[in-house]
Amino acid sequence: MASEKTKAFLLKMIGIDRRIIFIFVFIALSVPMFISIDMNIPTSPEVEMLVETMEKLPDGAKVLVSLDYDPSSEPELQPMAETFLIYAMRRNFKIIVIGLWPQGAIQAERAKAVAEEHEGKEFVYGENYINLGFQSGNELVIQRMGSSIPAAFPRDYFGRPVDEFPIMQGVKNFSNIDYVFNLSAGYPGTIEWVLFAVDKFGATLGAGNTAVQAPMIYPYLGKQLKGLAGGMKGGAELEILTSLEGRAVKYMVGQTFAHAVIVLFIIIANIAYFATRDSKKGGVL
Amino acid sequence: MSVFGIWVGAVLTLGILSFLYKDNPFYKMSEAIFLGISAGYWFVSLFWQNLVPKLFDNLGITKLLGLNEEDGAIQAIFVHGEYDERIWYFIAGILGIMMLLRLVPKIGWISRWPLAFVVGTTAGVYLTRYLASNAVAQINNSLKDFIVIGQPDFISWTNFNYLLIIIGVTTGLTYFYFSKEHKGITGGAAKIGIYFLMITFGASFGYTVMSRMSLLIGRLDFLYSDWLRLIP
Repeated sequence: MASEKTKAFLLKMIGIDRRIIFIFVFIALSVPMFISIDMNIPTSPEVEMLVETMEKLPDGAKVLVSLDYDPSSEPELQPMAETFLIYAMRRNFKIIVIGLWPQGAIQAERAKAVAEEHEGKEFVYGENYINLGFQSGNELVIQRMGSSIPAAFPRDYFGRPVDEFPIMQGVKNFSNIDYVFNLSAGYPGTIEWVLFAVDKFGATLGAGNTAVQAPMIYPYLGKQLKGLAGGMKGGAELEILTSLEGRAVKYMVGQTFAHAVIVLFIIIANIAYFATRDSKKGGVL
Repeated sequence: MSVFGIWVGAVLTLGILSFLYKDNPFYKMSEAIFLGISAGYWFVSLFWQNLVPKLFDNLGITKLLGLNEEDGAIQAIFVHGEYDERIWYFIAGILGIMMLLRLVPKIGWISRWPLAFVVGTTAGVYLTRYLASNAVAQINNSLKDFIVIGQPDFISWTNFNYLLIIIGVTTGLTYFYFSKEHKGITGGAAKIGIYFLMITFGASFGYTVMSRMSLLIGRLDFLYSDWLRLIP
């Protein structure tokens, strides 16, 4: 039999003001930003598969990068975009960027600037990097790219005809693309790329997703999707496996602290709930 | 980002976060600004990135107005006497105008036609795609390598995972099968199915929490690094 004091404490825990929990989460997220903590982040098979597929690509491979997100998903997906572009720069990939979301092309330019600053050199626009911008039409854009990429994107982000750039020479459809990398925050996104680019046109696809969307993408892993980085954790794993540790790894400490706080409150709430249940319903008090 | 931009971003971020304490005018103002700017951004973005290049440029309307130097379908057909397939965009333009007629109550019913066109097209495109990718390919991926009795690695973690998927799918579907009362074997299978569903929802919820924390980290990083400059 628990003491009255314990019971009173547990009852207080059940009715705890949500703002107290917010304060704890706020502290858990803020403190790690000011201190340096080395954290072991184990890598998962899905991110390992993603990097293995990238590693198998030949230097100078033609890679289509579709950034299908907007600034609201930036903390999760922008580090992945930056990591991928740095990796691509080192491997001398020829990057063709598109966006099925209007802000995707802008996010690409920002990631490109970070990659160039990181590596201390610039992409040669039109030779090893081109931004084809946004095209409306959602999955139908992918469908059209299956027959002709220049028809789906006749002009680049800056309004110039794409056929005047060397990088686009010989690029007709997905059969001329070695790898597709998609960063997605919803619709249209990875599911549409699997349905149309992979299953219909045989493209090889790897993806990074927001954590909210990741559980819906897992069923495609393996034969339809060659690797998945889910949420900030996936981004951190991608950084570790490519030896390009950056923002996602840094953020993971705060993320882990916050999760620990939430789990702690869940445990306390459950103990309090079961301990203070009416004894007729099986409670212990 | 300019100093002014950083200050605006910081103040609006604090405005939105103030809702965590309680609803207040500062939050409402920040929310209204966000919604207004979003709507404005989308309108301008879709107008210049969609309507102008796809409809007006392709048809040659911008050329007629002296805003573009390139010929469109109208110039190709009526000036040069050549067929131009871009004239089909005219149909899309008509459907777009029909959609807008929803704003006129007396003839609002006309907007159902373009809507029916969109729904029909989407259904047609997705019917085969979903069947091929989400049914046939998924079954193929789960079963193809599993049912090979006598293979060297038949008893393995990979096959155990496949087995779990098969049990999860069949029992989960049984839970949603209401033509037979959930008793006996059906009831047992449905009960197992609901456990699978609960674990799935739990995993999704966990991921959602992780996602929301990530967004908050992004905002806090902005406040500490860009605004307060507490982090180099």
